[in-house]
Amino acid sequence: MSKKYCEKFNIPKHLQVPLGAVLPANKKENKGMITGNWRTVRPVIDHEACTLCLNCFLFCPDATWHLDEKEEKMVWNADYCKGCLICENECPVDCISAVNELEFKGGVVRLEKPF
Amino acid sequence: MAKAVETQNLEMAKSARRVPQEEWYLPGHRTCQGCGPALTYKLVSKATGGDSIFLGPTGCMYVANTSYLCSPWAYPWMHTQITNAGAVASGIEAAYQVLIRKGKYKGKLPNIVCMAGDGGSIDIGLQAMSGMMYRGHDALFIMYDNESYANTGIQTSPATPYGANTTFTPPGKAIPEGKVLFPKDACQLVIGGHPAVHYVATASLAYPVDLINKVRKALNYKGPTFVHIHSPCPKGWLFDAKKTVEVAKLAIETGMWVNYEWENGEYTYQHTPKEYKPVAGYMKGQQRFAHLTDAHIAKMQAFIDAKLKAPGIPVALPVQGPRES
Repeated sequence: MSKKYCEKFNIPKHLQVPLGAVLPANKKENKGMITGNWRTVRPVIDHEACTLCLNCFLFCPDATWHLDEKEEKMVWNADYCKGCLICENECPVDCISAVNELEFKGGVVRLEKPF
Repeated sequence: MAKAVETQNLEMAKSARRVPQEEWYLPGHRTCQGCGPALTYKLVSKATGGDSIFLGPTGCMYVANTSYLCSPWAYPWMHTQITNAGAVASGIEAAYQVLIRKGKYKGKLPNIVCMAGDGGSIDIGLQAMSGMMYRGHDALFIMYDNESYANTGIQTSPATPYGANTTFTPPGKAIPEGKVLFPKDACQLVIGGHPAVHYVATASLAYPVDLINKVRKALNYKGPTFVHIHSPCPKGWLFDAKKTVEVAKLAIETGMWVNYEWENGEYTYQHTPKEYKPVAGYMKGQQRFAHLTDAHIAKMQAFIDAKLKAPGIPVALPVQGPRES
């Protein structure tokens, strides 16, 4: 609502909501919606068995797998992985295994306030 | 005379290594575990890159991604009503054409992409999509097909297959198979009635490099294009979250989904198996088909067999209406 309109019709201040919202786009990650605390199991990769076929990178809906081109290995983003395990299911050499979050000292279920 | 506007010239990704590592659909969104449409969105964003404008009609990919004051897109994105995605795309494209013609915008036309669900493209949003195709705007319309209205709790849509259990088509004593009607053919709608369209394709998220190439090819074409993408939905189809890609692959192996391209009147097919598996294997893996008897599955198999003789070309449906039998 425009300022003029609000003055003309005596709209109280708490109802003066702008129409629509324009937001700056995020660049690397969306920090407003951290989803790592959804998961109960996490995918753990065995780097020696990995053949870098990039299936996990292609099939991850949350874009948590990436290829580190310098070190030639896959990197996993713990903050956003929801634990759907598509990567475990699609790995052709079975080098990704599902490990319960309770196995990790800093696992999501052990945190008092996850993230 | 209007100056010819430079169209996109995107390179094809030939292998998984050539798929860009850069993300444009960023991590951090509220979609379910193993969400198929989210995976589709990620792959389409990788195909288009940052020089694009995305439009999101109401649907899962709008509701689950736009949490209050944060969004996972690294390119300009705009919400449109579920009815008018095509109209908004037309407006944006026309405005860019005018700005380029008058010399007020230096640079080429960005990729204008509508990411509509099955409801936003062939049910509620059909008139705006058809209008965009009819007028010949240079935009890409993508239909990510999760075969239901999933954001409101799995209601039936015209893309829902025969026999699916949704909240609008529950199986019971009177109608034991749940949904009685067979789905609408989205690609035939576009091909049949819109002479301005020169490229229509279907893709599946089980073959990501093929999907990326089809999206890029569609963007390289001048004029409106349409890509129909099969995106399994673990919540709506009731299967385990880790099986999203497996289900999409099984759909192609059983013939429930056929990947093809239609370019200027010619069909080319991709990923056709030498021998199709029985469709029962696909339907048994999903709880939405759990109530079906063998007679219902045989009806589905007969329909699929007829369809596979000439995929993409419509066949007579075994069931005409819900109340005729």
